[in-house]
Amino acid sequence: MSDLMIRVENLTKDYGPVRAVDRVTFNVRKGEVLGFLGPNGAGKSTTMKMLTCYIAPTAGVATVAGHDVYDKSLEVRRRLGYLPEDTPLYRDMTVHEYLEFAAEMRQMDPSKRGRRIKEIGGRCGLSNVAGKLVGELSKGYRQRLGLAQAMLHDPDILILDEPTSGLDPNQIVEIRQLIKELGQEKTVILSTHILPEVQATCSRILIISGGKLVADDTPEALRAREKGSRYRVVVESNGTAADAIRDKLAGVAGVARCEKTAAETGAMAFTLDGRGDADLRRSIFRAVLDNHWPLLELVRESVSLEDVFRNLTTSDVVGKPAAPAAEPRREEARP
Amino acid sequence: MSPALVISKREIRTYFNSPVAYIVVTVFTIVFGFFFFNNLFVEKQADMRGFFSLAPLMFCFFAPAITMRLLAEEKGSGTIEILITMPVRDWEVVVGKWLAAMALLAATLLLTLVFAVTVAKLGPLDKGPALGGYLGLLLLGGTYVSIGVMASSFTRNQVVALIIAFGICFALFLFGKILPFVPEKLQFIVAFLSTDTHFENVSRGVIDTRDLVYYASVIAVTLLIATTSLESRKWK
Repeated sequence: MSDLMIRVENLTKDYGPVRAVDRVTFNVRKGEVLGFLGPNGAGKSTTMKMLTCYIAPTAGVATVAGHDVYDKSLEVRRRLGYLPEDTPLYRDMTVHEYLEFAAEMRQMDPSKRGRRIKEIGGRCGLSNVAGKLVGELSKGYRQRLGLAQAMLHDPDILILDEPTSGLDPNQIVEIRQLIKELGQEKTVILSTHILPEVQATCSRILIISGGKLVADDTPEALRAREKGSRYRVVVESNGTAADAIRDKLAGVAGVARCEKTAAETGAMAFTLDGRGDADLRRSIFRAVLDNHWPLLELVRESVSLEDVFRNLTTSDVVGKPAAPAAEPRREEARP
Repeated sequence: MSPALVISKREIRTYFNSPVAYIVVTVFTIVFGFFFFNNLFVEKQADMRGFFSLAPLMFCFFAPAITMRLLAEEKGSGTIEILITMPVRDWEVVVGKWLAAMALLAATLLLTLVFAVTVAKLGPLDKGPALGGYLGLLLLGGTYVSIGVMASSFTRNQVVALIIAFGICFALFLFGKILPFVPEKLQFIVAFLSTDTHFENVSRGVIDTRDLVYYASVIAVTLLIATTSLESRKWK
């Protein structure tokens, strides 16, 4: 299929005896924003490094825009923009010099270079720091420069390893907006362990845990996977013991579990887990009414992506010990 | 412009943006100046021989000092990841770095032309050995610089790179000095391996293919090892 931008089949990477990525298979189409999710050390960065030809797979195949990452790595790299984790940039260059260097390395047409650098600088909000040294930039600006160098040559595919780490909330919103815009015409893969991020930006989610792919779906479908429902009930304290209320609520038909949770003074809050998908609000309300507890709040909470994530990534780890050191960290050696 | 040249352009700019290049070049020219003018005023000899006999030893310090950061720093700070994921071949990275260090070395040698001019003003400059000497220094320097680039590719620690490079350069230099203590049968091997023996030939003004082949092959082999070491990230 022509709009298939990335094809990964049984991709495996061993670091010595440690298997960092274990037979991962997925496809990415044009115009998709793919969120790569997983606990630290799950193999997200390693997979990205293989896709960007920085390291070679131990086994399996990965093709980017139809080119194999191992045999046709130059072709692959021409079509990619990559922002590595921690945004490693040359600190002794100015922002403008850096972008010029990237443009030259990408063999961009000298007559168009200047205009393109200006354009991308404006888009990433770098115009007012163009003459500043990279080493003197704040983390937010460095991140933007990292994005700018990845997008400079207008690649079809962008691979961004934790693009919003270390940014303040305003900057995060800006970067997310930028990624969303990019996703309309390009293929974007981004990794993160911040869940609201994928919810806000991604059209598809891959969850990876212990090197294995444990989920590949849209955010909505993933949320629908989680069975059951959860309710929050807050009643005013009117002398009844909390335990008695809890036992009464737990006795409501369909309730699997009831727990007392923190609440404001003068009130008591309970969290109820229901079995199955049936709506229990009616029966809970009746139980409260029958006992004459002044009801302050009754909410049905939708299952969050956090729950899905936690279930998928922890249940997988129970069977075998996780390998937290799967991704070798760079040690900052500066004499 | 080829990626190798883009990389060397960036490295040259980095050299002159940081104090390291200025310090190394200054120290180097001061030491040379001291020995040259010491020779001139105390020994009352206006020739380049003192300079050319001292240079090979000085280069053992100079070359590792200017090459130690070339790849080690990129590996340490992680910038290599962006560099290598650009459309560039690994050997182009290595050659680009080597060219940058060569440019700095050549610029330093240019400064020492002051000595040649001084000698020429005071009396007749022996042109053959002077030209040969400078050519020899470029070849010798190129060899030491390529050893430095290789050492820098082995580690992410610049000090380690410096020590490895100095060790190899100094050993190759010493080979020429320990000849009398080497068993006769091994002498020709040790002499051939020594950077100094070849330098002496070239600096006499005798350009022999054997010497050129020696330098060219050491440069080629060390740069090849550096490229392989850079590539080794792939199969580790």
